Amino acid sequence: MNEMPKRFGARINLRKGHVDMTHGSGGRAMAQLIEELFVRHFDNELLSQSNDQAAFQPPSGRMVMSTDGHVVTPLFFPGGDIGSLSVHGTINDVAMSGAKPLYLSAGFILEEGFPLADLEKIVKSMAAASREANVPIVTGDTKVVEKGKGDGVFITTTGVGVIPDGIQISGDLAKPGDAILVSGHIGDHGVALMSKRDNLEFETEVASDSAALHGLVAAMIDEVPDGIHCLRDPTRGGLAATLNEIASQSGVGMHLQAADIPIRNDVAAACELLGLDPLYVANEGKLIAICAPEVAERLRDAMHKHPLGTNAAVIGTVNDDEHGFITMMTEFGGSRVVDWLAGEQLPRIC
Amino acid sequence: MKFVDEFRDKDLAKRLSSAVAAEADPSKQYNFMEFCGGHTHAIFRYGVQDLMPDNVKFVHGPGCPVCVLPIPRIDNAIELAERDGAIVCSYGDMMRVPASKKRSLLKAKASGADIRMVYSTQDALRIAHDNPDREVVFFAIGFETTTPPTAVAIKVAEKQGLKNFSVFCNHVLTPAAIQHILQSPEVRDIGTVSIDGFLGPSHVSSIIGSEPYEYFAEEFQKPVVITGFEPLDVMQATLMLIRQINAGRYEVENEYTRVVTREGNCKAQDLVAEVFELRRSFEWRGLGDVPYSALRIRDAFSEFDAEKRFAVQAGNGRDVKGCECPAILRGAKKPTDCKLFGTVCTPDNPQGSCMVSSEGSCAAYWSYGRFRTEKESRAKVA
Repeated sequence: MNEMPKRFGARINLRKGHVDMTHGSGGRAMAQLIEELFVRHFDNELLSQSNDQAAFQPPSGRMVMSTDGHVVTPLFFPGGDIGSLSVHGTINDVAMSGAKPLYLSAGFILEEGFPLADLEKIVKSMAAASREANVPIVTGDTKVVEKGKGDGVFITTTGVGVIPDGIQISGDLAKPGDAILVSGHIGDHGVALMSKRDNLEFETEVASDSAALHGLVAAMIDEVPDGIHCLRDPTRGGLAATLNEIASQSGVGMHLQAADIPIRNDVAAACELLGLDPLYVANEGKLIAICAPEVAERLRDAMHKHPLGTNAAVIGTVNDDEHGFITMMTEFGGSRVVDWLAGEQLPRIC
Repeated sequence: MKFVDEFRDKDLAKRLSSAVAAEADPSKQYNFMEFCGGHTHAIFRYGVQDLMPDNVKFVHGPGCPVCVLPIPRIDNAIELAERDGAIVCSYGDMMRVPASKKRSLLKAKASGADIRMVYSTQDALRIAHDNPDREVVFFAIGFETTTPPTAVAIKVAEKQGLKNFSVFCNHVLTPAAIQHILQSPEVRDIGTVSIDGFLGPSHVSSIIGSEPYEYFAEEFQKPVVITGFEPLDVMQATLMLIRQINAGRYEVENEYTRVVTREGNCKAQDLVAEVFELRRSFEWRGLGDVPYSALRIRDAFSEFDAEKRFAVQAGNGRDVKGCECPAILRGAKKPTDCKLFGTVCTPDNPQGSCMVSSEGSCAAYWSYGRFRTEKESRAKVA
């Protein structure tokens, strides 16, 4: 960043200051917050042009666009915070089409009184996540609401990307006979958050799995350019909800083997304690892949070679069932239905 | 997971399954009522029915604490929450149970009532501490298992001189309900429900012991086996029931010896007796008025009794028309016998209480058993 011109007099007090209504007013205080906090940390050429939009030349191929609002509570949790989550979440939504994510935008709704030190922590974490993913935040927006009208900070991110030619991945392409894979342990994010909630704090080493998955997706497509039919990240509602969505989109059923689904002991124990079914607990750094049976092993091996897929496993098969039932052979030897989630298992997990 | 996986072992399950198949007399039909929702849940979640021969069936009983609460009591809880400055604390399962006029605690919360979901009575006490200018009411529900913690909360509130905490008491008693089912005309006279034995409550029995079941095992000549909530417990207890029936015995046996004794938890019993007394009668959803089947707060603790403090009136809300929850709770009908099941009544839009809690028979059927029903009906057509 270049030497900052002295337009604002004293710098914003990021150590002790708080968000106030002027930070969203469109005046000098807002410009100063944007410059000294957002532009400084996100630090890229497009954002530094200080326009209300970012202009860029898209590469050839089909464009993908996705948006995601983040209202997670608590804002900081083991393994991440609302900042890194808002970057990972949108990158993943773009990447699940097979696309290479290119740019992000970020909209902040800040509550009056929110400590600027916490805001800086969140912004730094977003900047680090976006740098690591090599997907810059190129435009944004800041609004402030009165105290009591928000909950600290809400962040909406939008991402754009481009799908390489020849790739066809979509939730309606699962076919009977296809294999179902998951990229690793399920339920980490939900359990990590629950362990820090005010009314049920418990001690666990489990950290959120929040991560950007586009690198893993690229590695998978490199190895198996044909034959990956669906990709989706099982966030809210967990593995169960995501598989039901795909089954309903594709008009198929599925059969899972409980014994093959990777679950950490700590997560299983926490779920046991809280009366939750880990199949319904949220993830933020896992994906489900559905592929032709003949490439399943090759795809799993390719996932194993990537740091975010070392525990990938084939967990079941797609079958021909007009009712769209997801059934599962339990570890106990009986069968059960894995239904949609009813009601709300845990609000505000992302 | 230690102390959990041992009770879900596939190989042991296979062996028990073979033992049940070998010992069940093919000329007999065995119908066992599992009283507790926890058992219903285990049977469906692990597919235990799959591991039983065709002539051994589970009849789902009324042991889901959320399901048995009658509509007027939920209406009362909503009225309490709608009072100015009130906070009602409830266990999460209760939030979506339909009250009268298509209302529920969740809907009351959305329209402005301050209703907080809590995991324990301690959370409710903390909320009362943190909000000294608000009236905090704990919506106490459940069988003998959840009663001692409510007693503790009342004692703690008394000791700490909490002036803004009270309990809306809806605690109910298991043995009275089982006895009522056995005396019902469907079981005794008409014979539409055949119950050959009971898988007895597990957590409830850890408090009350196995002794309270001895009277009706003898009186009604039905075997009872106290059963843990793990799937292997259910299978082992089923085998024990079959053995009793084959031998012409009707005793109270204890499969859940790792937790339950004949006497139970005397300290908890004393605490409950100190704080609560029997109600002459209490309405159960599905069972109607059941004599001496519930508890109320003793006069000595009346300042913590929300019913007295806010002069709660008995309401007259009724079930949704066509809802078969009452008959399902008695074991007289199966969820699939209900016209509303799976049509207007689903876990996302529950009309009756059995569809709400994961322990309710309708929700368990919907989530875990629907596929089986579908498979069976397809097999019949073919």
